[in-house]
Amino acid sequence: MERWAYEDVLAFAQSWGAVYFTLMFLVAFAYAWWPKNRARFEKAAHIPLKEED
Amino acid sequence: MQITQAQTAQSPWRFDHYFVPLVIFLGLLAAIVEAARSPDPRMIMQAWTFGACMAAFGAWYMKTYVGRTPADEKNFYADAVIKAGVIASTFWGVAGMLVGVIIALQLCFPHFLYFPDLPWTNFGRMRPLHTSAVVFAFGGNVLITTSFYAVQRTSRARLFGGSLPWFVMWGYNIFIVMAGTGYLEGISQSREYAEPEWYADIWLTLVWVCYLLTFLGTLWKRKEPHIYVANWFYLAFIVTIAVLHIVNNLAMPVSFLETKSYSLFSGVQDALTQWWYGHNAVGFFLTAGFLGIVYYFIPKQAERPVYSYRLSIIHFWSLIFIYIWAGPHHLLYTALPEWAQTLGMTFSVILWMPSWGGMINGLMTLSGAWDKLRTDPVLRMLVVSVAFYGMATFEGPVMSVKAVNALSHYTNWTIGHVHSGALGWVGYISFGALYCLVPWLWKKKLYSNALVEWHFWISTIGIVLYITSMWVAGIMQGLMWRAYNEFGFLEYAFSEVVLAMHPYYIIRAIGGLLYLTGTLIMAFNLWKTATSGQPAAAAQPVLAAEAA
Amino acid sequence: MNHSWLERNSILLLIGIICVIAVGGAVEIAPLFWVGGTVEKVSGMRPYTPLELEGRNIYVREGCYVCHSQQIRTLRDEVERYGHYSLAAESMYDHPFQWGSERTGPDLARVGGKYSDQWHKGHLIDPRSVVPESIMPPYKFLFSTPLDYRDVQALLKTNREVGVPYTDEQIAHAKEDLVAQADPNGDGVDAFEKRYAKAQSRNFDGNGAEVTEGAALIAYLQMLGTLIDFKAYHADAPENRR
Repeated sequence: MERWAYEDVLAFAQSWGAVYFTLMFLVAFAYAWWPKNRARFEKAAHIPLKEED
Repeated sequence: MQITQAQTAQSPWRFDHYFVPLVIFLGLLAAIVEAARSPDPRMIMQAWTFGACMAAFGAWYMKTYVGRTPADEKNFYADAVIKAGVIASTFWGVAGMLVGVIIALQLCFPHFLYFPDLPWTNFGRMRPLHTSAVVFAFGGNVLITTSFYAVQRTSRARLFGGSLPWFVMWGYNIFIVMAGTGYLEGISQSREYAEPEWYADIWLTLVWVCYLLTFLGTLWKRKEPHIYVANWFYLAFIVTIAVLHIVNNLAMPVSFLETKSYSLFSGVQDALTQWWYGHNAVGFFLTAGFLGIVYYFIPKQAERPVYSYRLSIIHFWSLIFIYIWAGPHHLLYTALPEWAQTLGMTFSVILWMPSWGGMINGLMTLSGAWDKLRTDPVLRMLVVSVAFYGMATFEGPVMSVKAVNALSHYTNWTIGHVHSGALGWVGYISFGALYCLVPWLWKKKLYSNALVEWHFWISTIGIVLYITSMWVAGIMQGLMWRAYNEFGFLEYAFSEVVLAMHPYYIIRAIGGLLYLTGTLIMAFNLWKTATSGQPAAAAQPVLAAEAA
Repeated sequence: MNHSWLERNSILLLIGIICVIAVGGAVEIAPLFWVGGTVEKVSGMRPYTPLELEGRNIYVREGCYVCHSQQIRTLRDEVERYGHYSLAAESMYDHPFQWGSERTGPDLARVGGKYSDQWHKGHLIDPRSVVPESIMPPYKFLFSTPLDYRDVQALLKTNREVGVPYTDEQIAHAKEDLVAQADPNGDGVDAFEKRYAKAQSRNFDGNGAEVTEGAALIAYLQMLGTLIDFKAYHADAPENRR
């Protein structure tokens, strides 16, 4: 396999790396703030409080 | 597939009734073979230790499971194993902190506390004993114990696997015993926080897979459609630690009859693998796992839901996503390639954001109920731990900036930083969880709130002494090493810097001693709660009524 | 509702976690194995001699790494205090690496040759007799414990399995080489020195009767950082840019 030089790694990280990170963040953010999920999360937050032994 | 079917159908055939005895039998067999055949005196000692542990486990298992169903299995929740975990956590907490105080004193008074003919008393062997005892023995038992408690309650299902959780509890503590006795005998891979040798690593892998299975299996049985966020953190902790443990411990034993092994990687690759592990042991063991406690125990003790469930989701994904990259900040200005150093530093700085998002989420859970901090010292301990989490996760990114790291690395500042996280964050959240668990499990009222106050204030003074002395010592050390005199030569010999540390080492040891004292007060309080506390009366029904 | 063991949410969560952490780990670590120039090409590096390797095992066993680093950073004061900054190539035969994380004691990356064998022996037996300010533990027992080198051949062989280029000849003569390095008057010294360039052969602890653990440790300490020929290394050369 052709060995990568330092500059190649740099170029790759600065382009595709940034895209990857932005995408990951957007996915997590969209999931958390999706309007449809709101009620579900409200309910979920109360799970520790409603249990009985 | 078969396992779950057997479980849900209540059929008499149970996987764990065969699996656990089989492991004990094979473990005993391995111990006997090693003890009989090994040419390595250290391996023989370890084999005897392991054999004794297996025999004890086997005897307990026979007494508890053969021909009978233990009383605990008739209850809805599996709580007996959690009680055992509470006791183990408290014991290891005291033991690990005691060793910490001893080695702190060794650095203060080397004339008195070293014994030239007793190699096992030396700092080099005791220090891994301290770190492993507090991180893995104390912290690990707290994590297993609290995760077993939280996953059952938030899933409204009994722990999966019958006696499998008991195997996890016994097996993990046997690993601790093997590791600890091994260090004192001089068995070490010299990988920080991953010192145990290959055979102990294999054993831990087996135990850990069973832990994962117990946890996942309980989630599979849950009666709640949503998986509560605390369980996300616990699951990330369990899975990631498995990956880190296996990759970082890849090694070739010299022989299956000897303790020694050589790691698969060398030099710079080995260094990054180790600090990828080392940093993520902090990120996933000491952070993600304990955040599971934050997201379950603080809402429960404060009797209000977490401030923002949405924020907790962002907190979770961004934390695990960013943490995994931060390892190279342990290797700045070294022979590690520049690109990896830059990557590590960048992500360490970004890490500040999710950390503080989580801190705000934890603290704000108290909003509207701040008065409880005055009346409930247990809740105060939990909340102050989150504040320490915020402090340590602010200091961390600062120290990973190259210009700061040039000064701080290799100095006592690092020790101070670690302990502000360990004593303030991990310690307090663990104490808080233990103060919650003992009354809940033994169904008693906490023996003394006043003693919790004493614990809190004594250990807080201890932490302040510890971290301030190490800050001053570390910065001074860094400045002295790089100081030049008027002729352009280095100002100080290394030994002069060692001498300058002396007063700070003493203050640190006093801080540690105070912290240990607090832990002993807790142990006493928990003991009294379990044995002679008053039965908890109306506490639980009120809570249930409120929720309904 | 969730009785299938492949319950959807928990499996999705599990896969999500694994993907996220796998990317971070793989992208950061894997390139070190194949990006050109991670380890410089230098002249002078050789695998440890059998005695040095035994000494290194003792260094690892006693936990020396918890107080001593072996990594000189690229900072002016460190280079002036300890010597040329450490190169990746210098630890390429180190399984595992010993870079350390604390300097409770000084860096040892280039301690080789800085002090005499007698100094090391005295210092290891009673550190404060030599350096009054020292807080190092005493290692007197090393000099009364004979080195157990029955398995030295297996040690070399295992190192070769993980990538250290020991030759068949070096492995075959591991035991003789160990004895020869510790006893300068023995027969095997010439053959030993031919097998290991720049190796020093002498009685490291002044004990003529047996090879002790202390002798092995001193042999290791005395070679640390001495192998590379820095006259032939040019930090500014393009192939050394990292």
